[in-house]
Amino acid sequence: MSSSANTPANPAAKTTGLHIGEIRPGVAKVDPIVTIDGVSRHFGGLTAVDVEHLEIPRGAITALIGPNGAGKTTLFNLLTGFDKPDTGTWSFAGHALAGIPAFKVAQMGQVRTFQLTKALSLLTVLENMKLGAKDQRGEKLLYSLFPFLWKAKEAEIEAKAMELLKRFKLDTKKDDFAASLSGGQRKLLEMARALMTDPVLVMLDEPMAGVNPALTQSLLEHVLGLKKEGMTVLFVEHDMHMVRHIADWVIVMAEGKVVAEGPADQVMKNPAVIDAYLGSHQDDDLGTITGRITLPKKGKK
Amino acid sequence: MDWSAIFSNTAQGLFSPATMAFALAALGLAMHFGFAGLLNFGIAGFMAIGAYGYAISILTFGFEWWQGILVSLVASVIFSLILGIPTLRLRGDYLAIVTIAAAEILRLLFLTNAFVDVTGSADGLSGYHNSFRAANPFPVGDYGFGPWTYNNNEMWVLVLGLLTLVICVSILLLLINSPWGRVIKGIREDEDAVRALGKNVFAYKMQALIIGGIFGSLGGIVYALPSSVNPGVYVTSLTFFVWTALLLGGAATIFGPVLGAVIFWVLQAFLSNVLPQLVSSGLLPFISSIQASTIRFILVGVGLMLLVIYRPQGILGDKKELTFVK
Repeated sequence: MSSSANTPANPAAKTTGLHIGEIRPGVAKVDPIVTIDGVSRHFGGLTAVDVEHLEIPRGAITALIGPNGAGKTTLFNLLTGFDKPDTGTWSFAGHALAGIPAFKVAQMGQVRTFQLTKALSLLTVLENMKLGAKDQRGEKLLYSLFPFLWKAKEAEIEAKAMELLKRFKLDTKKDDFAASLSGGQRKLLEMARALMTDPVLVMLDEPMAGVNPALTQSLLEHVLGLKKEGMTVLFVEHDMHMVRHIADWVIVMAEGKVVAEGPADQVMKNPAVIDAYLGSHQDDDLGTITGRITLPKKGKK
Repeated sequence: MDWSAIFSNTAQGLFSPATMAFALAALGLAMHFGFAGLLNFGIAGFMAIGAYGYAISILTFGFEWWQGILVSLVASVIFSLILGIPTLRLRGDYLAIVTIAAAEILRLLFLTNAFVDVTGSADGLSGYHNSFRAANPFPVGDYGFGPWTYNNNEMWVLVLGLLTLVICVSILLLLINSPWGRVIKGIREDEDAVRALGKNVFAYKMQALIIGGIFGSLGGIVYALPSSVNPGVYVTSLTFFVWTALLLGGAATIFGPVLGAVIFWVLQAFLSNVLPQLVSSGLLPFISSIQASTIRFILVGVGLMLLVIYRPQGILGDKKELTFVK
């Protein structure tokens, strides 16, 4: 698990001093952007999410990790209004979000991407981008019939979209259908499209899943770039390398609950996290675990 | 074989109220399905609302013809709202089921004897032309040439139908090429992604449903303008004929539905003339001439299947799109 191979020469400094008091699950933050209280979501008999208290720090990169089925994506859905919790309150930048539909949450500046990338296949890359733009009057039915009312804004949006596409190295593909992009390029497009909305909080659901190592590097830099521009990032990820490398704060969920949180290096050493997620064999050879290669057994931990 | 009659009847199919009605309805479906991704299998219901709304407001309430048209349009908006409010929040296939059922409910309401005074039950409605013909700007006489010769009343219907079609095509062109159209197409591709970008997906889908419904009911009105309203017309097979016209031309195009409607009616006119004649001249054995004229409906079904399998993007559709159909 060497993190030095791909690290840039001058790595972005981690943000520290985010919390108040002793680190424990649900610790108060100096400047929380999202506050969650008593949010729970049940699917039949299954408790998918049951979070007593959680705060997401503003202006930092927070990773949400945990085993499959821990409720990470469900929590994402609850925060963004794509799903409704059974109990609890939660707020974003001081606005209570209970009962607010997803599109209004997005308008407030909380934008998300999806675990299964949602590129709008039969729209061109540029159209995908323009769709993210805010305050285009031409999106209203009556205005849309009169092009002179929205043409100027459209040109502005296009310039902004091209700038972002250039940053994400997709500018040469602007007239291609999004469907023709590779999986990794779609991830980039989805992130770039999210940025068109001028978000305050960017929520990325497994941004690295299925992305090749070379692209991972540029995605990482894009994520770090978001923080540099003053945005808050919350992401779900299984790639521990990425989590260690860029996350200022890590929240660990298991069975719907927050079991640990803290700065990356500290959390990874937490026995509860190792038990629930990382596994006690994380330093063992894969062959020993599967039993296909017999190596001299170590003593039990 | 009387080829001149066959060709003259076929040529009339090119430019008839029925063709325009189909083009309008197919345009409505293009809005619903081609651009917004709403699976509407109840376009016949929207057409019935147009036709009955027009005829009933004139016959029962004594409205002028243009008031009748307005009543129809308002009725179709209400119908869209009733259909859309409960179903647009659900997945697309539910809309398909609900629309097909709603169109049937409407048809049976128009057919039932309970409202015979208003709807004419199985006899349908006729004799609502006075107000419309009084407004006819064309003096009495014949217009046009060759197979396209019309009297002043037919001419009035055709001109008004064509005008409606031109207006609807223009509106659709403006809508689809605007940012509004971009959102609508985005919703067709993935509504959650569009929602995550801060667009009110439900409102957009409702707007699309209403606009397509208005086009559909305008189609119903144009269908009813020249002669009568017959409940036997607004059956489920009408829905599938309109779908055939749409898919023929290209679902996600604007001129495709118009072209598809023209081809559909020209072929219908050609086959319904040529098949019985083939029987009577002994070229088509084993069937009667009545059977022969219904063979065309079988051919429509076969044509629809071949179309969806081999050219799902339609005649005017972008071939590139097909490469990425999931």
